[in-house]
Amino acid sequence: MAKRIGIEVSIAVADAVKMCNADVIAAYPITPQTHIVEHLAELVANGELDAEYIPVESEHSAMSACLGSAAAGARTFTATSSQGLALMIEVLYVASGMRLPVVMALANRALSAPLSIWGDHSDMMSIRDTGWIQIVSENGQAAMDNTIIAFRVAEDPRVLLPTIIHLDGFNLTHVVEPIVLPEQADVDRYLPKNKYPLPLNPDKPVTMGGFAAPAIFMEAKWALEVNLRNSKKVILQAWDEFEKIFGRKYSPVEKYYSDGAKVLLMTMGAAGETASVAVDEMRAEGMDLGQIRLRLWRPFPFEELKEAVKDADVLIVMDRAMSFGGPAGPLASEVKSALYSQAKKPKVVSYIISLGGRDTTIAGYKDIVKKGIDIAAKGSRNEYEIYGVRE
Amino acid sequence: MAKSENEMTWKDLEIGNIVTETGTARQYESGTWRSQRPTYDFTRCIKCGLCALYCPEGCIGPNKEGHFEADLFYCKGCGICAKECWPRVIKMVEEVE
Repeated sequence: MAKRIGIEVSIAVADAVKMCNADVIAAYPITPQTHIVEHLAELVANGELDAEYIPVESEHSAMSACLGSAAAGARTFTATSSQGLALMIEVLYVASGMRLPVVMALANRALSAPLSIWGDHSDMMSIRDTGWIQIVSENGQAAMDNTIIAFRVAEDPRVLLPTIIHLDGFNLTHVVEPIVLPEQADVDRYLPKNKYPLPLNPDKPVTMGGFAAPAIFMEAKWALEVNLRNSKKVILQAWDEFEKIFGRKYSPVEKYYSDGAKVLLMTMGAAGETASVAVDEMRAEGMDLGQIRLRLWRPFPFEELKEAVKDADVLIVMDRAMSFGGPAGPLASEVKSALYSQAKKPKVVSYIISLGGRDTTIAGYKDIVKKGIDIAAKGSRNEYEIYGVRE
Repeated sequence: MAKSENEMTWKDLEIGNIVTETGTARQYESGTWRSQRPTYDFTRCIKCGLCALYCPEGCIGPNKEGHFEADLFYCKGCGICAKECWPRVIKMVEEVE
């Protein structure tokens, strides 16, 4: 029987990588991701995980080593955060373009300057268009489960795309949570062997990452796009299969009292759990309020979003990142454009919250809901709202 | 026969644009980039091979007579061979179609 124990989320993610029997881990430590790779280094050093641990000199090298490892057909993992991710970006595009199923845990943290080690989603948004599958976790259990699911999705022969598991820095990475540790036998049953179809092999030489002339470049990028969009089917299957074996259900748009609710709060990541408490309290006070949480950031779940908001008049979207000089928070922008062609759609109110580790409390979410409803009714001169900034 | 690049659809590409056939760079005609072509006065050629050593394209080799000459299928017309050829065998001229 699977045990439920108190464990730091970073350690649980590392344990998930161990259970998935990763072959290669190439990583560079950076707060708040460090505990993940530190624990993996320990597992390898202790002989508990039979893997190559490559301590590289930078994140750029970490991802480059991951490319080589995945190209050789090895199950490959890395983790990073914020500035480390920024240094990696060049190679992220290569991983997706070359269709190499690297799995990465990203401990979401603010990008400098000013320097901050604390959490927000600015790093997540900086890699939005890199062509990686991106799954967002709202608690420790989801972070651990998503790690196992990510290997299965990434390495699926119908997908073969690098995959990121987002988990909020500190709010998740450094928190001890009650987590059900999966049984090894179940993980083995759930996760087939990695069989990259054209691995590096001296007996069958291939060229990887070659030059594409203008005559072929657009076709290559379109192939990636079609594949990323089609990966949603496989992700949904992987979640269904996960529920059958482990008993926990995941979906692209998680609904919380949202069916029929006139006002919806939309969140992504760990903030969703605090917001849920606010939703509970406001519902107890008699308010017609629900919540939706986005679990799948790429490929974006258009149908599921449209379905989830079909009854709502007001949709208040929380963003933990800014698009400077842009139309709204990055999530709110996407939600707006996803709903634009709908005949009946809720008014979307964009709120920027919790940048650089600032907390938004239960009282804060309640305040945002009240103000959001007011803005939806009366309109606002602002493209978007930012919560709690002292003017 | 395999489709040419201009006929291939995205479905014809291997995963991640992997090239499964080896040595395909040989099929790439980089000579079309050329705006100048090398011409030769082989009466001055001492067969030293300096031009071949300097050629960044690696497209120069000895011809039947042992004189060094560029393969125009690949030669991009950079002119380095003409610059380095001290017996002044090679002269670059405008490529006129």
